[in-house]
Amino acid sequence: MTSIADRAGLRAPPPPAGSPAPPEQPAAGGLRRPLALAGLLAALVGLVMATLGAGSVAIPLDEVTRVLLGGEPTQPAWQTIVRDVRLPRAVTALLAGAALGVAGLQMQTLFRNPLADPFILGVSSGASLGVALVVIAAGSAGTTLVGGLALPATVGVAGAAALGAGAVTTLVLVLSRRVANPATVLIVGLMAGYTVSALVSLLVHAELGQGDRIRAYIAWGFGSFAGTTWSDLVVFAPAAVAALLLATAVTKPLDALLLGERYAASMGLRVGRARVLVAVGASVLAGTVTAFCGPIGFLGVAIPHLTRGLLRSSAHRLLVPGCALVGAVVALAAGLVAQLPGRDATLPLNAVTALIGAPVVVAVLLRLRRASRAVTT
Amino acid sequence: MGYRGRRRRSRVVLAGLDLALPAGQLTCLLGPNGSGKSTLLRTLAGMQPPLAGRACLGGDDVVALEPRERARRLAVVLTDQVDSGLLTAGDLVALGRFPYTTWDGRLGASDRAAVAWALAATGAAPLAGRRVDELSDGERQRVLIARALAQQPAVLALDEPVAFVDVPRRLELLRLLRDLAHECGLAVLLTTHDLDLALHTADILWLVEPAKGEVEVEGSDGARACVHVGAPEDLALSGVIGRAFAGDGVTFDPLRGTVVADTVPLASVHVAGDGPPAIWAARALEREGLAVIDGDARLRVTAAASGWTLEGPQPTSSHDTIAGLLSAVRAALPDLAAPHPHAPSGR
Repeated sequence: MTSIADRAGLRAPPPPAGSPAPPEQPAAGGLRRPLALAGLLAALVGLVMATLGAGSVAIPLDEVTRVLLGGEPTQPAWQTIVRDVRLPRAVTALLAGAALGVAGLQMQTLFRNPLADPFILGVSSGASLGVALVVIAAGSAGTTLVGGLALPATVGVAGAAALGAGAVTTLVLVLSRRVANPATVLIVGLMAGYTVSALVSLLVHAELGQGDRIRAYIAWGFGSFAGTTWSDLVVFAPAAVAALLLATAVTKPLDALLLGERYAASMGLRVGRARVLVAVGASVLAGTVTAFCGPIGFLGVAIPHLTRGLLRSSAHRLLVPGCALVGAVVALAAGLVAQLPGRDATLPLNAVTALIGAPVVVAVLLRLRRASRAVTT
Repeated sequence: MGYRGRRRRSRVVLAGLDLALPAGQLTCLLGPNGSGKSTLLRTLAGMQPPLAGRACLGGDDVVALEPRERARRLAVVLTDQVDSGLLTAGDLVALGRFPYTTWDGRLGASDRAAVAWALAATGAAPLAGRRVDELSDGERQRVLIARALAQQPAVLALDEPVAFVDVPRRLELLRLLRDLAHECGLAVLLTTHDLDLALHTADILWLVEPAKGEVEVEGSDGARACVHVGAPEDLALSGVIGRAFAGDGVTFDPLRGTVVADTVPLASVHVAGDGPPAIWAARALEREGLAVIDGDARLRVTAAASGWTLEGPQPTSSHDTIAGLLSAVRAALPDLAAPHPHAPSGR
């Protein structure tokens, strides 16, 4: 048989330092990734403009542009609508989508479970509990759940949501290390979520009575990108951006975790530390989104799968930015649909995201069944 | 490099070991199922701490080593299912560069050269562009070995690397590992329960002889399972392979180097003739439960290129196939079987 040296063209590892490196393999699909990136960016800009222009009052795009550039629109009210209502809404949707997409990706890899996401595993419910506790304690008389709170209270709400999210993430993570079956983990997460939600409902109904606040809480439960103001975004945007940056910094550990924790450890990864970093990042992302937009379902589970399909990759260096971008685009689109442009009514955001996300979940389940084993990614 | 180690799991599996893994050799850690092979391998690889004693890698305690440094010296192939999603084989091998790359995992020129080398050395280069979940078991093991090689380790530890691979592929993989040890100076340690394969390819055997019929006493150090070290042939001759693998109704046959079923022969048969026709006829007759002997026997088979002739208590017959020969032997057996003291008569 041919010797190793013949086959490898080299005598022994390590290869000589001066040996010419083989040319980098062309990316799978050639132009696929640049095209996908360009398409997503174009869709992002288009959807932001549409979000600013469309709604119960339609505002022409040139007027929107004029407001964005600091000019005076033909109708003074449009300036307020664009600047103080729709721009926060667009920024919220963009950040929330990016955050949920990345949080879903992180949890899918962390749990080695293709159907993990903040909503399904009860992490959003944990965040709800944190929000409810702070809102009740703060006793604000506003008509939206979070909106209208003073800055310290807003920070408190976001922090409590992240803590609540982190508590449930930790709980499910501990449980998932004891039960091997991914489906069992999902069901445990689902039940944890229902339990926490029930607690929150009891708490909120007992404390808030029947007034505007309870209506606001119920509306918050439907999910919305429309409830945030600039004063909320002062807290939400830095928190989400920081957690997204953290996510881009821990892509290499996530790649290693694709092979399982023992392989990851054998390659020099400090698994415990990586797990904490990823769990903290995902909890902050899911928690802050829940605090400001309510518990939003399906985006977290669907976006990573859409992104993998689009980029044809499992490398987190590509997937994290990809999920952020796809998440922003999908969330903007869902928010736009929920606003029912041209009508006074709005749809519950969770109804729209369910219509987008549920088919993806079913497709993943069918693929798993066909593969007859859990394909983590 | 030296290894000392002991066994764990709040249940002592193996104790009092003093083993050294030599560079440039293929060492097979061989033992029956459940004898603690994998536990020993994981302990030596620093994946679980020993209950007592230490495992050293080039003089440093493998558990205390900085994880990255350990990963640059020692790589593993595990039995863990790799759910690789959309990863290509090339991506998977590139993950082996983990202990060398910076925080973002980007590959430099030396990383790509190491990946290319690992793929070429394992013959996995043609697989690089294919998705891992589309590979056969043998191809996947090849790629996992390439991934481990990409870590450029001094020690390669593999847990049951050929357990789910068909027999020709097993031999290929073990030859590959032996070549890697011999030509690249790697210390290769692999666990297997495949006795034949280990006897045929290992430079050195670490044979786990399980404790027999002994109540396991927590923490006691004495006469429990032990590990014998030596060339496969030495261990076979000294009889420890026979002791380790003897079981209910099977024994290790030192003449043939394999485990055979203990049976009382139904009858004796002499096979005359040369070459494959005689060898395969003898195998078939043994499978049928007859003892093939050199001396005179009441059944005699003569093998030739043209066919097989059976002489015995019944009229001499000629057969074109071994299947035909066997059915004639079966027909002849009732006349031959010595009346067994406890068997019902008239068999």
